[in-house]
Amino acid sequence: MSLWKHHAKFERHSLLLIIGIVVVVSIGGLIEIAPLFWLQSTVEKVEGVRPYTPLELTGRDIYVREGCYLCHSQMIRPLRDEVERYGHYSLAAESMYDHPFQWGSKRTGPDLARVGGKYSDSWHRDHLIDPRSVVPESVMPPYKFLAEKELDYGDIVDRLKAQHAVGVPYTADMIANAKKDLEAQADPFSTDAVALRARYGEKVANRDFDGDPNKITEMDALVAYLQMLGTMVDFKSYKPQSPENQR
Amino acid sequence: MSAPSTLNASPSAGPGSASPPAGSGALLIISVVSAFLAILGAGLSHDPIFRMQAGTFALAAVLASFALTSGLSGAKLLDHPGEYSDNVIKAGVIATMFWAAAGLLAGVLIAAQLSWPRIFYFPEAGWLNFGRLRPLHTSGVIFAFGGNALIATSFWVVQRTCKARLAGGITPWFVFWGYQLFIVLAATGYLMGATQGKEYAEPVWYTDLWLTIVWVAYLLVFLGTIWKRKEPHIYVANWFYLAFIVTIALLHLVNNAAVPVGPLNHLSYGVMAGVQDALTQWWYGHNAVGFFLTAGFLAMMYYFVPKRVERPVFSYRLSIVHFWALIFIYIWAGPHHLHYTALPQWAQTLGMTFSIMLWMPSWGGMINGLMTLSGAWDKLRTDPVVRMMVVAMAFYGMATFEGPVLSIRAVNALSHYTDWTIGHVHAGALGWNGFITFGAIYCMVPWLWKKKEMYSTKLIEWHFWIATTGILLYIAAMWVSGIMEGLMWREYTPQGFLAYSFIETVSAKHIENVIRTIGGLMFLSGALIMIFNIWKTITTPDAELAPAAPTNDAPAAPATVIA
Repeated sequence: MSLWKHHAKFERHSLLLIIGIVVVVSIGGLIEIAPLFWLQSTVEKVEGVRPYTPLELTGRDIYVREGCYLCHSQMIRPLRDEVERYGHYSLAAESMYDHPFQWGSKRTGPDLARVGGKYSDSWHRDHLIDPRSVVPESVMPPYKFLAEKELDYGDIVDRLKAQHAVGVPYTADMIANAKKDLEAQADPFSTDAVALRARYGEKVANRDFDGDPNKITEMDALVAYLQMLGTMVDFKSYKPQSPENQR
Repeated sequence: MSAPSTLNASPSAGPGSASPPAGSGALLIISVVSAFLAILGAGLSHDPIFRMQAGTFALAAVLASFALTSGLSGAKLLDHPGEYSDNVIKAGVIATMFWAAAGLLAGVLIAAQLSWPRIFYFPEAGWLNFGRLRPLHTSGVIFAFGGNALIATSFWVVQRTCKARLAGGITPWFVFWGYQLFIVLAATGYLMGATQGKEYAEPVWYTDLWLTIVWVAYLLVFLGTIWKRKEPHIYVANWFYLAFIVTIALLHLVNNAAVPVGPLNHLSYGVMAGVQDALTQWWYGHNAVGFFLTAGFLAMMYYFVPKRVERPVFSYRLSIVHFWALIFIYIWAGPHHLHYTALPQWAQTLGMTFSIMLWMPSWGGMINGLMTLSGAWDKLRTDPVVRMMVVAMAFYGMATFEGPVLSIRAVNALSHYTDWTIGHVHAGALGWNGFITFGAIYCMVPWLWKKKEMYSTKLIEWHFWIATTGILLYIAAMWVSGIMEGLMWREYTPQGFLAYSFIETVSAKHIENVIRTIGGLMFLSGALIMIFNIWKTITTPDAELAPAAPTNDAPAAPATVIA
C-alpha cells in the first residue's frame, strides 16, 4: 500500500521526524492545559483567600522541604465519606496562591486541606516531635529537630518578592514589613500584630506556636502554616450551586 | 552473538595519528571556569544549602579539570575514529548498576520505615526521614538507574543501527559525567532539604538548569550520530529514543519554570499556581512515565529483543502505527491523576478518555515485542535473559491494562490516594523497566567486554526467580492494602457513621507493608546477584570460560525497514 511508503520520509529525514514528534506531542497539552489560564470559570470567586503571612510562608516552605506532600494530600474530593471525614471539598480558589500546589497524590497519612484549628498547637508540637507519643500506631517520621532549629528568615523579603514575581498579590507594604510581620505573628504580646492583621486579615492569630517563648523556631512556622490550612474561605457566603461556581 | 566494535568503512587511523577527541580543550577551559564560578558562588552565598551544592559542583569541575589535564598532557585521552565509542557505554553500564543498588536500597529502607517506624526512624537524623528519602528513591530508580540505562543503551543502539561512531568528540563523556553530576546534586540536595515539592520534578532550579545543558548535549550527540549514519533509514528503536529525548526536554522546561528567591539561594517558586500547576505537573508526571519509562524502554525492547532471539521485529507497520498513536495519546492522559479534584471536569473527562484509548497503542508495542519471538519460543526455556525480557513485556502489558482501568473515574474514586497506585507503578517500574533493562545489560556486558557470555547463566536464573517472586509479593501486597484502605475509608456503620478512624486504616496495612518490604528486598537481592555476575564476567579472563566459538558478527540492525 502506498500510504506506508510515505512514512519513509520520516525514517530518512531526522529533522522531519523531530518536527513530527514535537507537533504530535504538543497537541494534547495545548488543548488541555492552555485553556485553564484563560477560562474564567477555572477558579471560583470566593471571599477570604489571601496570600500567606510571612510566618505561614516560611512554614509552607518547610512543609515542602520535608516532603510532607508525599504522604499527605491537601485536596478533599466531593465524595460523601471525604466530606464527612475532612470537611467541605477543596476549591480551586483555595490553592490559587500555592507555588507549588500541594494537592498530593497519596494518603499514607490523612488529608490536611482543613487541618487548621482541628488540633491545639501543643498537640501539633507533641505530634511532630514524636508522632507515636500521641498516636501509637502512626507511621509518621519524627520531626524533633524542627523544635530545636531556629527559623532562618534572613531572606524573607526576597521570598515575598519572588512570590510577587510569580503572581501572588503581595503589596509593597507587605513586602516592606515582611520581617516585622513574621516576628509579630510568633509573639503573643507583639504590638505589631495590629498592623499584621491590618495587612492579612482579622483571622490571623499571633501566638507562640511552639510553646518556646525564647526563639522563633521552624516548629513555630510549620504549626502556624498547619493551623491556617483550610480556614480562609468563608463557606457561609460560598454558594456551590450558583452558576458561576459550576465547573 | 557479539557485535563488532570496529567500523569497517572508516580508513583506519595509523598508530601515530591519534589525537584527543574534539572539544577536549574547550571542555577543560569550561571546567576550570565553572570551578572558579562555583567556588565564588559558594563563598558569596548566605544559604547553607546553596553553599554545599555549589561546593559539590566546584569539586566535580575541579576533578574534571584534573582528569582532562592529565589525559591531554599524558596523551592518554585519544580519539579512535575507526571504532565505536564503547568506553562511555561501559561506564554507563557500571553507573546503571550502581544506581540500581542505591535506588533500590533507598526503596527498601523507606518500606521498612513504614513497616517498623519505631526502628527505622532516627529522631536525631531528620535527613533520613521518609519525606526526604522518598524523592531519593524515586529519582534514584527513575532518573539515575533508568536514565543511565537509557543513555547507555541509546549510545549502543544508535551506533550499531547507524553504523557510525558517536558524534561530538568528547561530548558523549560530558553527557555521561554531566548526568552523574545532576544525580549527585539532586540526591544530596534532597537529603539537605532542597526540593521544589513537585513529584518526580523535585530537583531545584540550578540543578534543572544543569540538566537542561546536559540534555541538549545528549540530544546533539544522538542526532549527530544519526546524521552520520550509513543506513538510509532511521531504525525504529531510534524513533522511540528520539521521542523520549525531545519530549522529556519539553516537559522538563515547562514544568520547572520557576523564579529563584535569589541568584545564590536554592529556594525558588514555580511560575504556576494551584490548579494550573497541578495539571502542568501531572502532564509532566504522567509523561515522564510515557516518554522516560515507556518510549525510551520500548526503544530498548525494539533493539535487544530481536537481537537476542535473532528474529526480525514482528511487524513494521504495527511499529509505525503504535509509535505515533502512543506519543499522541500519552500526552493527554495526565488529568487522570486529578479525578474529583478542583480541576474542571471537562479536563478530567478528556484525560480519562485518552487514558482508556492508550490501552491500544500500549498493547501494540507489547504485541510487537512478544510476537518477535515467533519461531524462537524455545529460547524462553533455555535462555533466562530472553525469559527476563518476555516477562518484562508481560508486565508492561499488565501495567498498561491496569493503568486505563485505574483512570476510570469510578475506579479512581476508590484507588486514588491508596497503595493500589503504588503497586501499579511498581508493576511497571520493577517488572517492565527493571527487567527490560536487566535483559539489555545481560546482552551488552559480554559484547562490550568482549566475552563469549555472562560469567554464570545459573546466577541469571537465580536473579530472575528471586526478582520475579519479589515483584509478585510487592504488587499483590499493594493490591490488598490499597483496595482494603480504599474500602475502609468509605465504610459506614448501619447508623450512618464512618466506620473507621484514619489510624485504623493505617495499622490495618502492617502485614502488607512487611510483605512489600520483603518483596523489595528480594528485588534488590536479584540486582546484587547481577552486579556480582557482571563483575565476575568482566574480571574473569576468557580462557576460564567455555572455549570461544566463532562469533556472529552480523550487523546489528535487525529488520530495519522490512515490511
